[in-house]
Order: sequence, then structure tokens, then C-alpha cells
Amino acid sequence: MPTADVTLVVNGARAALTLDTRTTLLDALREHLGLTGSKKGCDHGQCGACTVLLDGRRVNSCLVLAVACEDAEVTTIEGLARNGELHPLQQSFIEHDAFQCGYCTPGQICSALGMLDELRAEGAPVDEHTVRDRMSGNICRCGAYVNIVPAILGVSS
Amino acid sequence: MREFAYERASGVSAAVAAAEQGATFLGGGTNLVDLMKLGVAKPERLVDVSRLPADIEELPDGGLRIGAAVRNNDLAADPRVRLTYPALSHALLAGASGQLRNLATTGGNLLQRTRCHYFMVSTLPCNKRAPGSGCPAREGIHDNHAILGWSEACVATHPSDMSVALAALDATVVTHARRIPLVDLHRLPGSEPERDTILEPGELIVAVELPPAHGRSTYRKVRDRASFAFALVSVAAVLRVEDGAVADVAVALGGVAHKPWRASRLESELRGGPATRASYEAAADAELAEARPLRDNAYKVEIAKRAIATVLEELS
Repeated sequence: MPTADVTLVVNGARAALTLDTRTTLLDALREHLGLTGSKKGCDHGQCGACTVLLDGRRVNSCLVLAVACEDAEVTTIEGLARNGELHPLQQSFIEHDAFQCGYCTPGQICSALGMLDELRAEGAPVDEHTVRDRMSGNICRCGAYVNIVPAILGVSS
Repeated sequence: MREFAYERASGVSAAVAAAEQGATFLGGGTNLVDLMKLGVAKPERLVDVSRLPADIEELPDGGLRIGAAVRNNDLAADPRVRLTYPALSHALLAGASGQLRNLATTGGNLLQRTRCHYFMVSTLPCNKRAPGSGCPAREGIHDNHAILGWSEACVATHPSDMSVALAALDATVVTHARRIPLVDLHRLPGSEPERDTILEPGELIVAVELPPAHGRSTYRKVRDRASFAFALVSVAAVLRVEDGAVADVAVALGGVAHKPWRASRLESELRGGPATRASYEAAADAELAEARPLRDNAYKVEIAKRAIATVLEELS
């Protein structure tokens, strides 16, 4: 079984791993580092439940090979709170009741963070139409979009 | 997933050397890693080219050179692309999802494989995946398959939005060995549907070049839902109108063929003629006269005609 050494910086902490080359970033986080906040939904890049920030950009961690991430900085849902305080986007999801079962929520929040940065860089408007379009890579099977969108808009203003 | 060895390319020549020994290039992995999970792609060795230089540079002639490793979202957001080549920016943002666009590279987007159901399921016959095994799509599920240029062996379409815009923008693909007009990169299936492009084994795309823009451009994608879906039909168009007449026009269609379909017949019908909806529709009819719809996709002919006319009218 071909293996490779890889060093990741996950939520600020350095982690040195020896992995089967087939290991995805998602499996490295969940199975090797015990960070089970990022979820495995479809495992094919279609549902967005596995979304993390890789060097600050939102990606589907199920489609990224962990060995390709040498020295990359990875931020997962577990890395968003500061000094015991939830990230404003996490707090906004609670205030807007932006979930039902919660399975897609870590991916929704990481994706929204990345998206808001992208829109800021483009100088694009943060409105309902744009958020719905740019968040289309995150599926909520409970159909909580009607509250997810306001939760995101709530922190952008 | 089959076991594989992984290495990161230190440069173009190292990547090409690895590929000449049988390695498969890995870009963002959004398509390749997925196909590996599905058992459709089974490389024994990967050479990662995603960290090769990824710059977008202005060319002396006023054009743009896009490094193959530039990520789709970065290309879409580049101010020069948004201002000068809006069709490209629109096409990129119409493709995939935000997460996938942050991974997908320019070179990888060009080389993504079809999403034909029979190709994606490794236990089914497919001439593209297993040459000679047959094409169940011709009589099976083919509502989103080709209407132009297909063969008895394959009715699949090329899924890229970006490539359609690049086809209309007269882009050139630069490999480590040669320059290829983008419209010649992808091929029609003929009797060898396993070959998506004319690239030789081990040939590495290093950049895509755009000539200076020669008209207004845009991209329109028609699909089953508003976002994160492949095109049923898409249209990239460049148009320049002078005194009510078409001075210059370029149109490429997506979702209709095994390659981005440059509408040459439509263009020659329109050049010098009136810039009116009626003439756009007539030219679209001329282009689509050679369409051979399958049992369940004749709807694409009418959608293509209307989308072409609407896009050209918008640019007039």
C-alpha cells in the first residue's frame, strides 16, 4: 500500500501524518485527527457537507487528496470559535434557526465564510439572489434554506 | 479506489518526464479523484501539477496568458477577465459550485470527462471508458446528450462551460510541446470516443492564451435548475455591430456535442448582414440544420436556437 508523509496545519495546530495516498483530506480530518465536524455526505463533491477552508478558501475536502496538501492550512468548523465565543456566523445560524438535523451545517458555515470572502474580493453584492447562487454547492436535505440565507445575510451587513 | 503512487511535480519538465513513464497529471482533482472513487479512472501513478506557476499575464499584443494551474474562481474574479472577456467570467461562474471552482484548474477544466451516466458507472458498457463495449446511451438515457457531431460509437457531450467561452474567444491552448487552437483541442467521437482531445500521451497543457477582445461577449447557460447543474444548452457569443450590421461575430455552443461547438455556418451567414433577431434566428436555423437529435433530446434544437438569438440580441 503506497503511503506518503504529509504535514497539515489544522486549526492552527501542526499535524504530521503518514497516510495511504488514497486518503482524502476529509478522511484525514475525521479518521486520523478525530475532527468529525466536517461531514461525509455524498463523498463526490455534490453535497458540500465536507466543506472546509483550505489556505483560506472553501473546498470540498472529499475530493482533495490529503497528500496533495503538504503544509496547507486547513480550517474546519472546530476551528472557528475564539476564546469560547462562537464565530458570528455560528451565532447567526443559531439565532436564525438555520438548521433542522444539523448534518449539513458545518459545511454550510465553512462555505458561507469562504463565499463572503470571495464576494468581498469581487466587490459583488451580498444579497439573497447571489447568496443562493453562490451557496448552491451546499445541499440541505431538511430544506432549511429559508433560514440559512437570512443567517448568512445577517452577518454580512 | 486502486492504489497509486503520488508525487508533486517540481516543474513542467519533471511533470512531463513522469507522465512519459506512465503517470497521470493531477490538477484540482475535482473530476479525476471522483472518477478514481468510481473506478472509472485507475491511474497507478499521479503527478501533481496543481502547484506549478499559476499566473495571469498580459501579452504584448493586448491578449492574456492564463497559467494552466490558475483556479477557476481566480480566473473568473480577475478584473481583466471580467472587464475584457465577460463571456469567460460568466461561463466560469455558471459552472460547478464555489467549492469546486476553488479547486478546479484551467487545464483540468479543459480535460474533464463527460458526465454521461454510462461512462460514470464502471459496470456498464461504454465505448469511451471500455472501447468496443458498446453505447447504451443511444437507445437509453440520453436526454442531455449530443445533437451535433455524434457517432454510432458515442453520443456523449463535453461538460465544460469554460471551454465553450474559450472557443468563442478564439483561445489558443499552449502545451509543453506546441500551440493548438482551442477549437481543435477537443475532437468529435468518430470511432475513437475514448480520445476526448488530440493531446498526445504525456502532453501537458501549460497555459491558455486569449487574443485581444474584438467585440462584446457574454455567456448564457440553460439548465434544469438555476445553479450547480450541467448545461442542457449553452451559448458563448462575441459580437460587434456597426451601423446596424454584423461586423464581427463568434458563437460557440455547449451541451450539444462531444466538443465545444463553434458555429461557423451561423457566423458566415451573419457577417455583413443585419443585426436583427430575425437574422439571428435564421442563422441559428442554418447552423442547426445538421442537428441529429436522439429520441429524447430534440428539445435542445429549439432551446439552442432561442438561446443563440437571445444572446446575440442582448449583445447588439
